[in-house]
Amino acid sequence: MSSARPNYVTQTVPVWRRWAVLGLLGLGVVVVFGRAFQLQVLQRDFLVQEGDKRHIRTLVIPGHRGAIRDRRGEPLALSAPVEMIWAVPAALLESPQHVYAVAKLLGRNPKDLQDFLRNRKDRKFVYISDAISPAEAERVLSLKAPGVFSEAAYARYYPAGEVAGQVVGFCGRDGRGQEGLELAQEAALAGKAGARRVIRDRTGRVVEDNLESKDALSGKDLALTIDLRIQYLAYRELKAAVARNNARGGLVVVADSTTGEILAMASQPGFNPNNVEDRKGGGSRNRGITDGFEPGSTVKPLLVAQALELGVYQPTSHIDTTPGFFKVGALTVRDEHPQGDVDLKVLLSKSSNVGAAKIGLALGAESVWSGYQRFGFGEPIYSGFPGEASPVLRHYSEWGQIATATASYGYGLSLTAMHLVRAYAALANDGLMPQLRLLASAPQVPPQRAVSAVVASEMRELMEGVVQEGGTAQRAAIPGYRVAGKTGTIRKVADSGGYADKRHQSVFIGMLPAEHPRLVGLVMIDEPGAGDYYGGLVAAPVFSTVMQGAARLLRIPPGQMNLPTSPIAAPIPTRQTVALPIREPRT
Amino acid sequence: MLSAPRRSSRPEPSLADSLERWHIDMWLLLLLLAIGVIGLVVLYSASGHSLDQVMNQGERWIIGLIVMAVVAQAPPEWYRAIAPWIYSVTVILLILTLAIGATAKGAQRWLDLGFLRFQPSEMMKLAMPMTVAAFLHGRNLPPRIITMLIALVMVLVPFALIAKQPDLGTALLVIAAGFFALFFAGFRWRWMIGALAALGAAAPLMWNKLHDYQRQRILTLLDPESDPLGTGYHITQSKIAIGSGGLFGKGWLNGSQAKLDFLPESHTDFIFAVYSEEFGLLGILLLLIIYLAVVARGLFIAARAQDTFQRLLAASLSMTFFIYVFINMGMVIGLLPVVGVPLPLVSYGGTSIVTLLTGFGMLMSVQTHRKLLSS
Repeated sequence: MSSARPNYVTQTVPVWRRWAVLGLLGLGVVVVFGRAFQLQVLQRDFLVQEGDKRHIRTLVIPGHRGAIRDRRGEPLALSAPVEMIWAVPAALLESPQHVYAVAKLLGRNPKDLQDFLRNRKDRKFVYISDAISPAEAERVLSLKAPGVFSEAAYARYYPAGEVAGQVVGFCGRDGRGQEGLELAQEAALAGKAGARRVIRDRTGRVVEDNLESKDALSGKDLALTIDLRIQYLAYRELKAAVARNNARGGLVVVADSTTGEILAMASQPGFNPNNVEDRKGGGSRNRGITDGFEPGSTVKPLLVAQALELGVYQPTSHIDTTPGFFKVGALTVRDEHPQGDVDLKVLLSKSSNVGAAKIGLALGAESVWSGYQRFGFGEPIYSGFPGEASPVLRHYSEWGQIATATASYGYGLSLTAMHLVRAYAALANDGLMPQLRLLASAPQVPPQRAVSAVVASEMRELMEGVVQEGGTAQRAAIPGYRVAGKTGTIRKVADSGGYADKRHQSVFIGMLPAEHPRLVGLVMIDEPGAGDYYGGLVAAPVFSTVMQGAARLLRIPPGQMNLPTSPIAAPIPTRQTVALPIREPRT
Repeated sequence: MLSAPRRSSRPEPSLADSLERWHIDMWLLLLLLAIGVIGLVVLYSASGHSLDQVMNQGERWIIGLIVMAVVAQAPPEWYRAIAPWIYSVTVILLILTLAIGATAKGAQRWLDLGFLRFQPSEMMKLAMPMTVAAFLHGRNLPPRIITMLIALVMVLVPFALIAKQPDLGTALLVIAAGFFALFFAGFRWRWMIGALAALGAAAPLMWNKLHDYQRQRILTLLDPESDPLGTGYHITQSKIAIGSGGLFGKGWLNGSQAKLDFLPESHTDFIFAVYSEEFGLLGILLLLIIYLAVVARGLFIAARAQDTFQRLLAASLSMTFFIYVFINMGMVIGLLPVVGVPLPLVSYGGTSIVTLLTGFGMLMSVQTHRKLLSS
């Protein structure tokens, strides 16, 4: 058989065909190997990086936000660890019984949660809970539901709630300050987030956690000059007064007149920073800093101080305010009740506009203006607080006679409550005007001299008349303490232009003890609507209650009652020399 | 005379000789076992440390090796004799598959006989080279034009039936098997060029015949980044995995892409990407050399084959195996469209291992049933 010849012709395969086969094999090998070389050697770095992008994730470890505390260490804002549950919708939806169980634990309607997830099926990351406690989160995770994870975060709590709401402000959902000191001091309060690099698989589960990590840094605690006890008192009294007077709002500021430290700063309407819904309204405005208003009669002592400082008037000078009105060009300055010939003490205690205008015109625009400048009306408060209103005090060269006259009784310029507090702190502090401070850590700026110590002392004596018998603000008196101060009943600018008849801001600003003041306090009630609107009737009682409480809390000893200028030691002769028919306190 | 005692004078027969007496080719066996070991090792990593899958695959290997050994016992003439019958039965089964076959993943590839489910297209991978070789056996070579045309019809009918399922990968392997049989038979290169030209002319027509997903795969190949999360996802992830391996690889079980579930089909069609990530360029080189050695041994067997049928069968099986490897690797490294061809003997999946080892059984049969022409 081996010798048998086949009955057909077979030609051997041509040589080129063998080479072609070998060539094909070689080509295939070279192509595959070449491509592998390209991917594994030439493009390696790029592809490794692409891979890392897909599975290496940097998890943010939130930094602990610093607490905000009052001057005695009471917490006003605290961060507590919480967990937020999130899910990969597609993964969780694959297991309906887990959707049900997770919903039950989170207190959500299972059907709603399912719809919620379905609508976000293509997303890889959806929060399915608000901030919950770590223990609750642990219970949810223990269900081992597919695609359900937890993320650590911090929630912000405000133990003082509404009491210090506007001062402290609040943080947004992202944990950053949005209002108040939370916003102003964001840089100091915010911790520095740490990072953990981990490997995640396609469904987001962390499978390896030993890559590099960076610890989070905690933010700094912030100590305020606020005294929560006085703050609470101010808040409570203000709120009651606003309700009692059916007012639109109001504010109370209490400051240490020697250091300029703000001890209390309350505003109404208020808001509770713990309540997200509350944040939307205007309640979060810290009106003492953000709202400017015309100071009205409260500037009269500052005008008189300038007059004394310049020597144009003496404490014993008399001014004739007869007949109770006074024409300056087209303007008629009026006193509601003609006072006749008055000394400076009566002028202040009756708050005579005619008298103030006459002093102002006697000083001249430049001197009035420079007096206000020395009391800081032209410069900001430097509170560092977001939304601080700038004062408006036009240059005297733009003032005519009318502007000079109106500026003398506090119209045509705009200040914040803090400006007034600072200016009065100068009178309280023997002429040295301190810079106001909200942060205990803020650098102490040397006080500026506004007036001489003698003038400041004389002014306090003059202002004591305001709270004495016959003054506009007898209700500001505090038993056992000598109080000096001034009322203001400011007509608000009407929406239609000009001044409104029925809308007022009732102010009282004062200090105690008058012989050597420690505290300055300001109370403003905005648009009282229950009948009374004079500062002496509406604001003065709040001042009295708050300052009395503050004096007790700060253990400020009652003053010496037997001084000749004491309101109790020598009240009657003084009153009788004035001998005027007083029915109502004056503006 | 056929199996005369050989070199009985030699006192100790070599291992190769002893195995050959049992109709087993030592070199092929060793190379196949090497691939098998590599495959099982990679599978353990690619399947996410699943011992179950490795055991399953090991069972298939044992079955496949037994089948291979059995197939190698029968002389090549026997296969030549049954080739037409196998071919006819397989074509009928393919038609049946299209008519009543089970549908899985959008394709009708499986025939459910009640006691077992199998893919007739797998059978065709063997039936095709057998049949074309048997048909050309005993005819004038190079074949005459009429022979050629008949052979072409024999190739194209199963191709069409399989492509219709649709299973483009298997269809390509089947047509490659037929083509190589014709190629080694020596059909004229003019016709070859003509056929290629005709294929080129028909390409737009075929484009229209393709399914949307098949077209998408080709487009994706051209620009995988156009849709990195959709169709391009396979290729992009695969390239990332391979590239991450670098020169030396990340080491066994250290590949991240498969472990993190980013690489789809990591233990089946895309197992080569896992292998490349863990064993690097050097690993690829080693695997290529082993595959190439298998093909070389096959072609060597073909070169020494004693008749037309054996020569064409052996050469066609060897080259088809090479195409098999090339299509899978080309697809995984992003040079060819994703057509769903497993990496032979390595990818997880039973049918192809048994089919392939059956083919190697035939190669061994060709090699070990040689008759001594003269002493």
